[in-house]
Amino acid sequence: MHNFITYYLGSGLLGSVVSSLLPFVWVMTYALVAIYLELKVSAHMQDRLGPMRTGRWHGWAQPLADVTKLMQKEDTIPAAADKALYVLAPVLVFVGSYAAYAAIPFSPAYIGSNINLGIFYIIAVSAIVVLGILMAGWASNNKWSLLGAMRTAAQLVSYEIPSSLAVLAVVMVVGSFNLNDVCAAQSGWFWNWFVFGKFPFLFITFIIYFTASLAETNRAPFDIPEAESELVAGYHTEYSGMRFAVFFLAEYANMFTVAAVASVLFFGGWNSPFGTFMSGPIWGVFWLISKGMALVFVQMWLRWTLPRFRVDQLMYLSWKILTPFALFNIFAVGLWMVLRG
Amino acid sequence: MAELRTEEMVLNMGPQHPSTHGVLRIELVVDGEVVVDAVPHIGYLHRCFEKHAEAMNYQQVVPYCDRMDYLSSMSNDFGYVLAVEKLLNIRVPERVEYIRVIMTELQRIASHLVAIGTYGMDIGAFTPFLYCFRDREMILDLFETTCGARLLYNYMWPGGLSHDIPPGFVEKTKAFIKHFRPTIKELNDLLSYNEIFVRRTANVGVLPAEVAINYAASGPTLRGSGVKWDLRKDDPYSVYHKFDWDIAVGTGEMGTLGDCWDRYMVKVWEMEQSLRIIEQAIDSIPEGDVQAAIPKRVRPAAGEVYVRSETARGELGYYIISDGSQNPFRVKARAPSFVNLSLLPEISRGYLIADMIAIIGSVDIVLGDVDR
Repeated sequence: MHNFITYYLGSGLLGSVVSSLLPFVWVMTYALVAIYLELKVSAHMQDRLGPMRTGRWHGWAQPLADVTKLMQKEDTIPAAADKALYVLAPVLVFVGSYAAYAAIPFSPAYIGSNINLGIFYIIAVSAIVVLGILMAGWASNNKWSLLGAMRTAAQLVSYEIPSSLAVLAVVMVVGSFNLNDVCAAQSGWFWNWFVFGKFPFLFITFIIYFTASLAETNRAPFDIPEAESELVAGYHTEYSGMRFAVFFLAEYANMFTVAAVASVLFFGGWNSPFGTFMSGPIWGVFWLISKGMALVFVQMWLRWTLPRFRVDQLMYLSWKILTPFALFNIFAVGLWMVLRG
Repeated sequence: MAELRTEEMVLNMGPQHPSTHGVLRIELVVDGEVVVDAVPHIGYLHRCFEKHAEAMNYQQVVPYCDRMDYLSSMSNDFGYVLAVEKLLNIRVPERVEYIRVIMTELQRIASHLVAIGTYGMDIGAFTPFLYCFRDREMILDLFETTCGARLLYNYMWPGGLSHDIPPGFVEKTKAFIKHFRPTIKELNDLLSYNEIFVRRTANVGVLPAEVAINYAASGPTLRGSGVKWDLRKDDPYSVYHKFDWDIAVGTGEMGTLGDCWDRYMVKVWEMEQSLRIIEQAIDSIPEGDVQAAIPKRVRPAAGEVYVRSETARGELGYYIISDGSQNPFRVKARAPSFVNLSLLPEISRGYLIADMIAIIGSVDIVLGDVDR
């Protein structure tokens, strides 16, 4: 993709700028759609209608109105806050989630940077988010924010381990960190997808990865860092207006990142479910986004169904259940590979 | 590694906090996330009910009773009119008694629905909250058709009722019962027996029966600790003795007896029992005039009276002194929420902040009732 754009734009710098801004267009569009979906999904699950007025047809313009409202809001910085860190934190959080888009293979021909360590890179840059959240919590100089930030740090660090171990199982099977290779290894019909047992144990891997990724995106039932009934709003209690919107955007961007990674690792990525039917570079984008959005829907579904874990229960789940299972899973996959040659 | 210096942090929870169920301020002393001490500060919603009552005649106090525990206005009025009727020494027609019981039990269900729904929300489950409010809405519609108000009814007057039940009320109530029974099961599937919910609430905020009695706790908070005490059975008033129903008590089946889950579950079971009472009462409402016994002028002889009744939150007592004039000389309300709230420091020490939310929710206070 990058090569394609730089080829036409000539200059390396201009090409880089354009190709790095392209996913931004997608993230913004996606965020608006996802906010609308979240409003509607939650509403219909709760016997409500959700927004029905804004923009006439089923309130389709509600996210636009929300964004407009957030942009107009006064940008308040608490007097006792550490100003520099306070301003930097939301940016850092967004950078962390946005940088991951560089390595997501939207289609065989459409990947920001086709690096060999793709999945490793995504895990690494996602870890920047923790820093941003810690900064936000500390710089706000608010006890609730600080508690939220401490929880986040503990949670994200804990859950990166099972999710990385889960990813490792797939990498062992494919023999490559490159996400395009992972997709290519699942080509053909949908029963070739890893989740459907082309290799045994990978279904368990998917469950582990998906659970851990929910925790990494701070989504319910693991939304304890911003548990509104306990910590008011957690680490972003003091943020308002656009800075709050950036946190919000980062969360939604992150949701899609983990959903896209899950669909690449387990659901065939840009592969069509029906062999060669509707497959190819353009359809690839369609399939990856469809699969990603389906998983985003599952995330929302869980959020509006389940209650929230407590901090210690969250740690218990990560260290005593998910991590041992992920290790056992790696062992089982390894054993299977050795035995089957 | 050198010993790091740590210190306790004072955390101010409320009065503007999403889960303090109103304007309650709790001064938390926390060590990390562990609650060392919790001191409730009340009074943000104080509206001088008792002083106001001295400046008005007996009938005019009723709307003020509505506003005490605004989630169960009917029950508040019931207690007050019982006290005034005892002071006046009048008997109301049987029909009035039946309608009062039906209304109070409907109100109990509506109030418990709010308690259960918001409790789910405290634990992080948002959806049951809206299911509960959907069903509560049906009860409010019933009230609205009866007396025109949806929250503060001023429905029960000393000696009678402001309105008779409208045509179709009996059918609508039956339809509600038919709709609501399966909904309780749905609620149990979605929330009560949800693994995460049980883990969050079982063994948390354990209130031993002895402590509960020492603090004079009442209502679901007391019964959650396994104490079979319900004024509707133990000190029967009105026509409650005519109906067949059971007192729901905590069983400790998910953890320790008297934990948050028990206090929560007692409310769910109580809704079922209320349905039983309504079912029996709705079919046997006697004929009569609901306003026949309303006295023209309420001017009781000098004397004093204490009458207690069971509201959704526990024992609500009215102590009224009459000096023979048309205004009460003194009205004192013994509010269940106020007494139950005093338990809070006792049962919250040593738990996490997240548990603190679960504990406040399970004690089920209404700040209007605490402060009056």
